[in-house]
Amino acid sequence: MIEAKSINFYYGSFHALKNISIYMQANTVTAFIGPSGCGKSTFLRLFNRMNDLIDDAHLTGECFVDGENIYRKSVQVDELRKKVGMVFQKPNPFPKSIFENVAYGLRVNGMGGKSFVARRVEESLRAAALWDEVKDKLKKSAFELSGGQQQRLCIARALAVSPSILLMDEPASALDPISTSKIEELIHELKKKYTIAIVTHNMQQAARVSDKTGFFMLGELVEFSNTKKMFLSPEKEQTQNYITGRFG
Amino acid sequence: MNYTEIELQELKEEVSQMWKLVLSQLEKAKQAFLGGDVEVAQEVVSREKRVDAYELKIDSDCENYIALYSPVAIDLRLVLSLIRISITLERIGDFAEGIACHVVEENGRKANTQLVEELQLEKMLDTLLGMLSDSFVALESENTKISGRIISKDFEIDKLYHSSLNVLTAYLLQNPGDILYGLKLILIIRKLERIGDHCRNIVEEIVFYVDAKVLKHGGKKKPESLIANLNVNNIRA
Repeated sequence: MIEAKSINFYYGSFHALKNISIYMQANTVTAFIGPSGCGKSTFLRLFNRMNDLIDDAHLTGECFVDGENIYRKSVQVDELRKKVGMVFQKPNPFPKSIFENVAYGLRVNGMGGKSFVARRVEESLRAAALWDEVKDKLKKSAFELSGGQQQRLCIARALAVSPSILLMDEPASALDPISTSKIEELIHELKKKYTIAIVTHNMQQAARVSDKTGFFMLGELVEFSNTKKMFLSPEKEQTQNYITGRFG
Repeated sequence: MNYTEIELQELKEEVSQMWKLVLSQLEKAKQAFLGGDVEVAQEVVSREKRVDAYELKIDSDCENYIALYSPVAIDLRLVLSLIRISITLERIGDFAEGIACHVVEENGRKANTQLVEELQLEKMLDTLLGMLSDSFVALESENTKISGRIISKDFEIDKLYHSSLNVLTAYLLQNPGDILYGLKLILIIRKLERIGDHCRNIVEEIVFYVDAKVLKHGGKKKPESLIANLNVNNIRA
């Protein structure tokens, strides 16, 4: 599970996230929606400390992953990122073979021998619904795959190190409808084993894949509720204006 | 107003036009029945096809809107409500036609004035016309505050229905020769009672659209308790 308590985040003097508190149950999909610049990706990146790399950014409040405050000084960031995988908007395979892309995290973390790695690669590719399409060309370059396959390869790469949480930042925004549908199917499957948080600009996608939805605007979490409720009868007028396209 | 809002307004306008037609059908059915006016009754029968055509058109336009614009929240509730309201209006149109057909079959024989008075059929018809026009106002103004009043009128209609059955039974016991006429009257009274139920269904749809509350299948609860929680969540933009 994931929990944020009274999170405030600043880029220099810019107050990007304002007093956000949220709880995401294990084995659920939580979608974050909102206009560009509202803070949803910033919020997502808090949970594997991707924002640590930004100069002049600072945070107040607490973030918990599986009960552990991930911003304590004793927390090893690379250990955290094994637990919290991330998939980005644009597929970003490494310039390596399909096999080596998935095995990369295992090797970097010194996990297992040759047969363990081979087994884990296959399991991860199966979990990412890619195995049947690539099992005969594992040594081929990852760049030979289509965009949708590359994105599923990146998901397999994230799964290889056995995370419990998967963060997805617009994972299907660069994909065609068929590839998008495969990613969404995959999200449905993956939530049986993983807790998933996804940022998306596609309202229908949020409605289709998530159990809960959070609507961000100007750094504030305006509304956070069950997805069905959010898309049928939102509590806040701001939410309604945004999801019905009357925003602005 | 953006283009999706304009499309929604056009859908609402179609339903409004259908509503006006059905209201007029019911008014004319009343006129034909109480006055034994075959000409007006035939007019109602011939205009029924227009009511059916409206239902098909609204159904198709709502389908297109859902397919093209994937509405959510209040827009989705409006489209769903409009589909269901148009189906309900079509059924009310059928009942108005049924009353008109009775007048045509009776070939202009005016209803037994004294019996009609005792049955309070004119009062029932006027109440129903009031319910139908009030619910039209509720949708046009997106105001559900009058929904309680409309629902309570349905309770009045139910009372009138039951008392009219008693009156008719007593009449037929005294006038067994009028049994066929009495049976036809029962069918008409039943239609009026059903129109009341349909008007209530329409109000429930409007409440669903405006307040995101579900009143359906509230049974015989008092209207005050049905609407007690209304307007709490009225987030109309």
